[in-house]
Amino acid sequence: MLPNRSENADAIATTSSRRAIMDRLESSLVDGPELPVVDPKQLTEFEDPLEHFASMLRMVGGQVHLIDGPEEAVAILEAIPVFAAAKRVASLVPEITQGNVDISMIDDPHSLATLDWTIAQGEFCVAENGAIWIDGNTLPHRVMLFIPQYLAIVVSRSQIVHHMHQAYARVGKPPHTFGIFVSGPSKTADIEQSLVLGAHGCRALQVFMTA
Amino acid sequence: MKLPIVDHPTAAHDYIADDERSQWHDKALWFIRSKRDKQAHDVPEWEYLRTVASQIKTHTIANLGRYLAEFEKNATALGAIVHWAADGDEHNAIVLGILRRHETHRIVKSKSMLTEECGLNHYLENNGIDVVDTDLGERIVQLREETPSHIVLPAIHIKKEEVGETFHEHLGTDKGASDPQYLTEAARGHLRGKFLSGEVGITGVNFAIAETGGFVVCTNEGNADLGVSLPPVHIACMGIEKLVPRFEDLAVFTRLLARSATGQPITSYTSHFHGPRDQNSELHIVLVDNGRSRLRESKAFRDALHCIRCGACMNTCPVYRRSGGHSYQATVPGPIGSILSPIRDAKNYKSLPFACSLCGSCTDVCPVKIPLHHQLLAWRKELVGKRLVSFGKRLSMKGASVLFCYPILFATAGKIGRTGLKWAPRWMTHNRFNKWTIARELPEPPAESFRAWYHRNRKG
Repeated sequence: MLPNRSENADAIATTSSRRAIMDRLESSLVDGPELPVVDPKQLTEFEDPLEHFASMLRMVGGQVHLIDGPEEAVAILEAIPVFAAAKRVASLVPEITQGNVDISMIDDPHSLATLDWTIAQGEFCVAENGAIWIDGNTLPHRVMLFIPQYLAIVVSRSQIVHHMHQAYARVGKPPHTFGIFVSGPSKTADIEQSLVLGAHGCRALQVFMTA
Repeated sequence: MKLPIVDHPTAAHDYIADDERSQWHDKALWFIRSKRDKQAHDVPEWEYLRTVASQIKTHTIANLGRYLAEFEKNATALGAIVHWAADGDEHNAIVLGILRRHETHRIVKSKSMLTEECGLNHYLENNGIDVVDTDLGERIVQLREETPSHIVLPAIHIKKEEVGETFHEHLGTDKGASDPQYLTEAARGHLRGKFLSGEVGITGVNFAIAETGGFVVCTNEGNADLGVSLPPVHIACMGIEKLVPRFEDLAVFTRLLARSATGQPITSYTSHFHGPRDQNSELHIVLVDNGRSRLRESKAFRDALHCIRCGACMNTCPVYRRSGGHSYQATVPGPIGSILSPIRDAKNYKSLPFACSLCGSCTDVCPVKIPLHHQLLAWRKELVGKRLVSFGKRLSMKGASVLFCYPILFATAGKIGRTGLKWAPRWMTHNRFNKWTIARELPEPPAESFRAWYHRNRKG
């Protein structure tokens, strides 16, 4: 059983530090400018945001598929050997596949350790950097995005913004408790700057852009 | 504990002595600098974004108390538990307290320069906690019992053959293997087990948002997300300067951060945490001062609090690139580290502001416009004022000042120099007392001075 949040010992023990820090910050007045407002006229938009999005996503190691209907996605997935051979697939996009892992039956995220694939739903795309916003409320378990060997995201190609300013405006109020921009598969270049895809998260990312 | 005084030239000596390695290191960082340039040039509004970012940071630091209170209120309303730590020791004690209450023995940790600054790993290990750094670079460094040499690329100083040896010893990879793909795959397998057995996940914070009470963590590997999506407790540790006022401000900073850091348009994962995962989970946020509120009071160095820890100033610095991050013997090396470290302890880190040619490249690439080389120069002035500069250097500066004050003296000294250079034997200039000539030749003396030339050609 977890302890009561409002009465935990740590919070009480550190109130004197809180006061000391706040006193120090409030006792010395520092002049600063007004909070600036970003001028939209300064920001670059793309002639063809979809094309730019796709080229950025390819550049960061993602694979982009423009599809007209769910059956196309199924055909593409089944042609991918690691999908055809996958034992455990969780899908949050039933139009494409039902998968074979019933997420609603899972309580402990650790039991998703052997997940091969997740098919997730993206909300919208960002043209400038190939990122896709995923609302955490679509995920019964947050780890579904990070633990599978492979990840596919389905997103409508009409849902696209030019840059991050529009992206945050589009999100509006941040989701409680989790939201994420995903851009390409998990990667690292920590060994002599050699890019390796599939560090801890997914080894490859398939993005299906529906009409 | 009394720390040894860091003498940058001495600490860098061995690294530079290995000429081949020094050049390899230089090239690796320049490669990243070039990638950064390409990304920056692809964004026409780059300079505009830097200006806005700098204004947001200046505004936030000026009103830091107000924004911290707002952040605390909103984060608490979301169900997070906010802790305040005056220094590194208190931060470590708070984290240990949380782990003890949950009877935790194993934690997984993603990269956090703040926890490095506080020495959290050693503290926890000394208290019987098994700490696993999950960022690949940090794991390599941890297995080798070293410290990161760069804030974004912790293992940039290590060659793949050396990683291979370390992994052979600790992870049982094939002897002599050095293929990054193979080694990364081995680390993936090894760390999967650690992730699954981690009882608490600890992360740093890239940006915290006052208006929403949430925070953002950026990684490429996905290690932070994997680390906190499995166990029920997430502890996020952040310096109090990591705040931004509004949710929309994240647009400015996420556009600048990865482009400046590694030359990517954005990190693979940019995660936004607002409150604990569910009713059965806990989210702790530890706000750490550790000298930041004091730094805020310094007009000369306040702007250093703008730093978003992208590492661009290191990648571009001609001194850092050749001497390696460990020569700074500080958590944050490079130009920004040479400003921050002496604030912590001026005497201990007095040599760092001199590990700089004042070329200004760091200032040019800084995404939040910290006037880095101006601050390094200001530090030198400060150190001279504190009499922390060697007697020889102080004396020669005094001498130079006299020389430049009296034109006749200057002209005479020039004459002596021109004549002397022509006739003086080599041992007079190239000896162990003159450090300047260790790797340099003196210039050919000119036939006449500019003053003489001017008199002959213009004045007459």
